[in-house]
Amino acid sequence: MLAYLVKRLLQAIPILAIVSLLSFGLIKLVPGDPAVVMGGTTATFEEIEQIRRNLGLDRPVYVQIGAFYWNLLQGDLGNSLLLGQPVVGAIVERLPVTLWLASYALALTIVLGLATGIIAALQHNTWIDQVATGIALIGVSLPNFWLGLVMIVVFSVHLGWLPTSGYVAPTDDLAGFFRTATMPATALALLQIGLLTRITRSAMLEVLRQDYVRTARAKGLSEWSVVMKHALANAMIPVVTVIGLIFSVLISGSIVIETVFTVPGMGSLLGNAILRRDYPMIQGGLLFVAAALMMLNLAVDMLYAYFDPRVRVQ
Amino acid sequence: MATASGLFLSEQNRFLVRRLLRNRAFVVGATLVAIVLLAILLAPVLTNGEPNRLAIRMRFRPPSGDFPFGTDNLGRDMFARVLYGGRLSLEIGLWVVVLNAVFGILLGALAGYFQRLDGPLMRLADALMAFPSVLLAIGIAAALGASATTAVIALAVVYIPRTARILRASVLVVRELDYVHASRAAGANDWHILFRHVLPNCMAPLLVQLSFVFAYAVLSEAVLSFLGLGAPPTVPSWGILIAEGRSYIREAWWLTVLPGTAIAITVLGLNLLGDGLRDVLDPRMKIEQS
Repeated sequence: MLAYLVKRLLQAIPILAIVSLLSFGLIKLVPGDPAVVMGGTTATFEEIEQIRRNLGLDRPVYVQIGAFYWNLLQGDLGNSLLLGQPVVGAIVERLPVTLWLASYALALTIVLGLATGIIAALQHNTWIDQVATGIALIGVSLPNFWLGLVMIVVFSVHLGWLPTSGYVAPTDDLAGFFRTATMPATALALLQIGLLTRITRSAMLEVLRQDYVRTARAKGLSEWSVVMKHALANAMIPVVTVIGLIFSVLISGSIVIETVFTVPGMGSLLGNAILRRDYPMIQGGLLFVAAALMMLNLAVDMLYAYFDPRVRVQ
Repeated sequence: MATASGLFLSEQNRFLVRRLLRNRAFVVGATLVAIVLLAILLAPVLTNGEPNRLAIRMRFRPPSGDFPFGTDNLGRDMFARVLYGGRLSLEIGLWVVVLNAVFGILLGALAGYFQRLDGPLMRLADALMAFPSVLLAIGIAAALGASATTAVIALAVVYIPRTARILRASVLVVRELDYVHASRAAGANDWHILFRHVLPNCMAPLLVQLSFVFAYAVLSEAVLSFLGLGAPPTVPSWGILIAEGRSYIREAWWLTVLPGTAIAITVLGLNLLGDGLRDVLDPRMKIEQS
């Protein structure tokens, strides 16, 4: 187990190196002079010079790379131009909001996705199966931010049940959290619910055909015990692998969903940085999210290896 | 010999077409996509042909016989704007598919066939795939500046590693088949084997993947445009129409709801098409989405 962890950590190093290099290189992709782009149309010559000096763009590229990695190793991702605040600090401040929202969406995804997938598989080729797979297919085909806007039209504008925007932390007021976070979390989760339904359904269908399921039935176990104990446990293997992936998609999806519902989380922080061309914030934010999600996937893989020893040997 | 194999192939193709036409998902998906394409191509006939004509006195008309999709804040005909907007959305999606086919085949074949290239190419693909797809596209588009070309490049970079990986996986399998060994024993060189024997037998999973890439590209283009990273608003795309309609969501729901419905129908059609192709061409392939 330890050997597997060390191996996976060593594999992560070159990937992290390339990811950080990509994030550094982002500003080199900016056509023309990044300092002028960031300064906007109203900036004076001195202001542009100031931005250039602050970002170290007046120095040779190798010095810039060196400084970038030196700061990175100390956990410093530079300063946001808009907020005048360290990028890491700004992210850490807003991270809890995004994590709560994404966790809510993940809970919705797991409960609804698993239930629909299992029911569809058990009712294979009946109208219930067709309705469930149909809904799942529509779920993976809708633009999630558009669904958020449609929900605002229906539930806020017409019915007046839920507020159009804002956020209340669950630690402050749980009811308030559910009132503000339900629409964003649903919009965020919908695509993933569809995806998980499809994966659960096909995994369950595969398992239900196996001999040991027939044996379990033959020895007179109740249908509940056959499905829940014998079939589901084995159908979970492909499902568990995608849950880490689902969480990372939920986090990155928060950029657009938090913008739609003006939720003050990391997603809208990045969304605003993009609109206002705050490159240090964009670079730092993308690198932070990518690195965090890599670590998360590593943790999921470790869990997976713990439960399924075959993975370790490969 | 050549004619015999030609006949055999065409018979096999006819068999595939028959099976596709009997596959409900494929037929429904192809019909939806065909309807969308037809409506977009016939836009000059179906609409007044002027998606940008202003008519302030006609502003905020709800959908009716005169204006099937209503009018916007400047009195522009939304039916024309949605149909013309679809041109840009689908054009961007199509370019992403073309770039994916070209570079996905090239990189996937190199990595799968030449073992020395496999390590470096796949590590690069891993690094690109370590970014969640939307995030990477947003990053690239934010750096390059908003334009339709930027959106194409950003989305192509996001999906090419995924396509290349799928092609590499099939090349790895096909490379070890007996007829490939036979061809090598007969003295064929690597390029001949790769292009004549290996790649033609890897096309089924590629085709399936490309239909899904098309669907994702249309969805993601809408996200980029919505965040202000797509084409400039002079030529509307579906994502831009939704972003514009958002400001008037209280007064005029149709400005946001209808362009989104167009996206949903297109993506649903492409997803069904891909599902059908997968069932018929490659029953073993699992759902490969991210």
